[in-house]
Amino acid sequence: MGKKVTINGTQFTVEGDRTILDVCRESGIRVPTLCHDERLEPYGGCRLCLVEVKGIPRPLASCTTPVQDGMEIITESETLTRLRKMSLSLILSNHPNDCMCCEEAGACALQELAYEYDVDGRRFAGEVWDLPVREDNPFITYEPNKCILCARCTRICQEVVMADTIELTGRGFNTMPDTAYRGPRTLENCEFCGQCVSTCPTGALTDRKGRGKGRAPRMKKVKTTCSYCGTGCNFFLNVKDGRVVKVTSDYDAPVNRGNLCIKGRYGYDFIHSDERIKTPLIKKDGKFVEATWDEALGLVANRFTELIQKYGPDKVGGFSSSRCTNEENYLLAKWVRCAIGSNNVDNCARV
Amino acid sequence: MAGLATSLGAGAATNSLSQMPDIDTLFLFGSNPTEGHPIVSLWLKKALRRGAKLIVGDPRKTWMAKRADVWLNLRPGSNIAMLNGLIHVILQNGWENRDFIAKRTEGFDELFAKVREYDPGRVEDLTGVPAEKIIEAARLYSHADKAMIVYGLGVTEHRTGTENAMAIANLALVCGQLGRPSTGIMALRGQNNVQGASDLGPLPATLPGYQPVSDEKVRSKFEQAWKVKISPKPGLKSVEMLDECKRGNFKGIFILGEDPAQTDPDLHHVRAALEATEFLVVQDIFHTETTRFADVILPGASFAEKDGTFTNGERRVQRVRKAIEPVAGMAEWQVLSRLSTLMGYQMHYNHPSEIMDEIAGLVPIYGGISYDRLKEKGIQWPCPTKDHPGTTTLYTDLFSRPGGLAKFVALDHKGPGEVPDEQYPFVLITGRIREHYNNGSMTRRCAGISEVVPEELLEISPEDADALQITDGGFVTVSSRRGEIRVKAKVTKRSQPGNVFLTFHHRDALTNILTSEYRDPITGTPEYKSCAVRIDRYTLA
Ligand code: SF4
Ligand code: SF4
Repeated sequence: MGKKVTINGTQFTVEGDRTILDVCRESGIRVPTLCHDERLEPYGGCRLCLVEVKGIPRPLASCTTPVQDGMEIITESETLTRLRKMSLSLILSNHPNDCMCCEEAGACALQELAYEYDVDGRRFAGEVWDLPVREDNPFITYEPNKCILCARCTRICQEVVMADTIELTGRGFNTMPDTAYRGPRTLENCEFCGQCVSTCPTGALTDRKGRGKGRAPRMKKVKTTCSYCGTGCNFFLNVKDGRVVKVTSDYDAPVNRGNLCIKGRYGYDFIHSDERIKTPLIKKDGKFVEATWDEALGLVANRFTELIQKYGPDKVGGFSSSRCTNEENYLLAKWVRCAIGSNNVDNCARV
Repeated sequence: MAGLATSLGAGAATNSLSQMPDIDTLFLFGSNPTEGHPIVSLWLKKALRRGAKLIVGDPRKTWMAKRADVWLNLRPGSNIAMLNGLIHVILQNGWENRDFIAKRTEGFDELFAKVREYDPGRVEDLTGVPAEKIIEAARLYSHADKAMIVYGLGVTEHRTGTENAMAIANLALVCGQLGRPSTGIMALRGQNNVQGASDLGPLPATLPGYQPVSDEKVRSKFEQAWKVKISPKPGLKSVEMLDECKRGNFKGIFILGEDPAQTDPDLHHVRAALEATEFLVVQDIFHTETTRFADVILPGASFAEKDGTFTNGERRVQRVRKAIEPVAGMAEWQVLSRLSTLMGYQMHYNHPSEIMDEIAGLVPIYGGISYDRLKEKGIQWPCPTKDHPGTTTLYTDLFSRPGGLAKFVALDHKGPGEVPDEQYPFVLITGRIREHYNNGSMTRRCAGISEVVPEELLEISPEDADALQITDGGFVTVSSRRGEIRVKAKVTKRSQPGNVFLTFHHRDALTNILTSEYRDPITGTPEYKSCAVRIDRYTLA
């Protein structure tokens, strides 16, 4: 039996165990959050997703509250706005006022919410962190000053990746996510999957390789499928000025739901490597000489035709590639059957 | 995947990745997903966090093996003995699913007669795994509500690879652990588009969509569409083409984006074959070991430079989208079309979507697929018609074999082609690590990845390292009957005494000089997972 709930005056029927936040998101009702990520267990840390439920005196965190039959829920009110402003002010009181140079500007959840709720960091001015930027590994830049302690990075590393690389270290004002003993991330303790970067809602964790190469609003984002393993994860290639400069998560991807591994997230620079073969090459006297497409394809067509005439189509064939697209593999199969006239076509190593 | 095709009907994984978190018992066999398929491993980890039981069959102490309820650390190449043993225990205790066997399978009597020979005591001798562990694994798997077997290249990359997969199907069928959500057999394969590449026809005995070239009706369908006469005679497998080249009997090969001179086993043989080929064309994005032998090299386009589709390990056809222009001006589909037209067979396509439309007309399992349907989510085949939603779980009612029944195949233990002896006392297992991919030509050129994993390392157990006075980071020579390479050692408990491990990602240490020429006779898949080697400490003279 479905549960009947009312949200902002509209009725919904809910199947199964779901939180108020789940139902709101599925129904297109926006509830602000900072510590929430669908990949993680609900946390109830940021206090922004508060909602009012009729009959309950104080607001509830929608991300941790399961819906119950008959609930009447309000997601926007003066009280809620006041509480959300308060939470944001507290967060911003210990946050550098640095959006103009921040890598994350334009994609930062905190920046967006501060703008939406018209909050800045002056209300509770007090002690602020002043810690150096950490670039102690090739992939991940950590700016502790920008951390808002939502624990998304530590939770994704523990709950989802199960690598246990980082945890909330220290106490009180000095609490921050870090590795054990605050040492660098290395292959000994970290998978460099960048999952922590992908979930960080601010500029505290960013992809080091993409820094300075362009911010989110200026990127052309192309949704595609990873070319490394057979899992088939989707992600966005971020393109600026004709170059792939970064990979970002696609949270709607059916296979990976925004998760990626080191190869998918950081394995893109080969695309623009100087060592790419850029023109056809023909071997002359044991050396490869650059050629045009017309020269090379003309030569290939002639030589194959000669071989077929001299020895018959059964002596010529093709190896396909498990790395090429379906369409290309189909065309190779068709080419061997139609242009050569044999069935000599096979996957190469069958791995 | 010929194994699953024989037993069940289709050479493909039976279920979906998104069903993995709901598994009750996971049997991971010859697969190390935390390294080879990291995102699959995330869903499996989720199942473990929800309390799923875990059985791991693997000679190496992998991340998953460390957390297993039962770790079957079997000898490399003893998979069939292990699986027969598990079935033996299940039948002996009456843990099988009789109803399922009676209604949905055939050939049970043959299987029954065969597995009777594999009592746990004998299997312990063959595999090195204690009988109690075999019994416990059999109990866990057969008693689960939703059990899934996830297997990998540790199963297929043996000379008995096809039979290994059939033995896995036998186990699942005996327990009726198939045909329901989160319940079935998932095969995890090496390269990103192995599934699609097999589906769409570059195979010597079948036309696209696994349609036999020997079948008159099939041929005439393709002949009408392609307007040519198709030879009913199956072609040569890639291995056979290379063998014939070496003998001087095969003259011309077009190699599309592969590197057999690094990734094939028994490299000296492959190189001699490529050398002997009269005219060799290789298309690739980088220079590789293989391009050295080419007469003409054509530049390839990376996945970022073209439109198309890949089919993943759960049969999901998904879009690849062009983000930048091809670095060399043309993508492979354009090159093939032009080449074909130059050779007198016209091919004209404006966009890969037109090629997919042609595929949909000829390949029934892709019949309902077109680019406008692939916008967001992709579609899992079989998808026969435009209004078919695709298939998340195979075989819910019928198997795709004649009569709809699955088939038991009685199999015997054969062991690996090459076993250790006095001269070559170690078993070399080859495989992948998470950070690199195949011949490494892509990952080695990625900033950061090449820094964190710069070189090949031989994984060796602390016991063996001690005995040979090898230290972590010290150089060793690894030699087999076919050649030798020099690498640094990594002393780790991941390796069991007697076994050592290498990847094949590095061009300066060509692991496949060592691997053996043994292959699965049915698919031609090489026995990468087991060969005999010796290890010597290397000291500068
Ligand atoms: S990169 Fe991955 S493993 Fe490393 S800290 Fe981040 S989430 Fe954890
Ligand atoms: S992101 Fe990683 S797991 Fe996903 S397809 Fe790419 S290589 Fe495979």
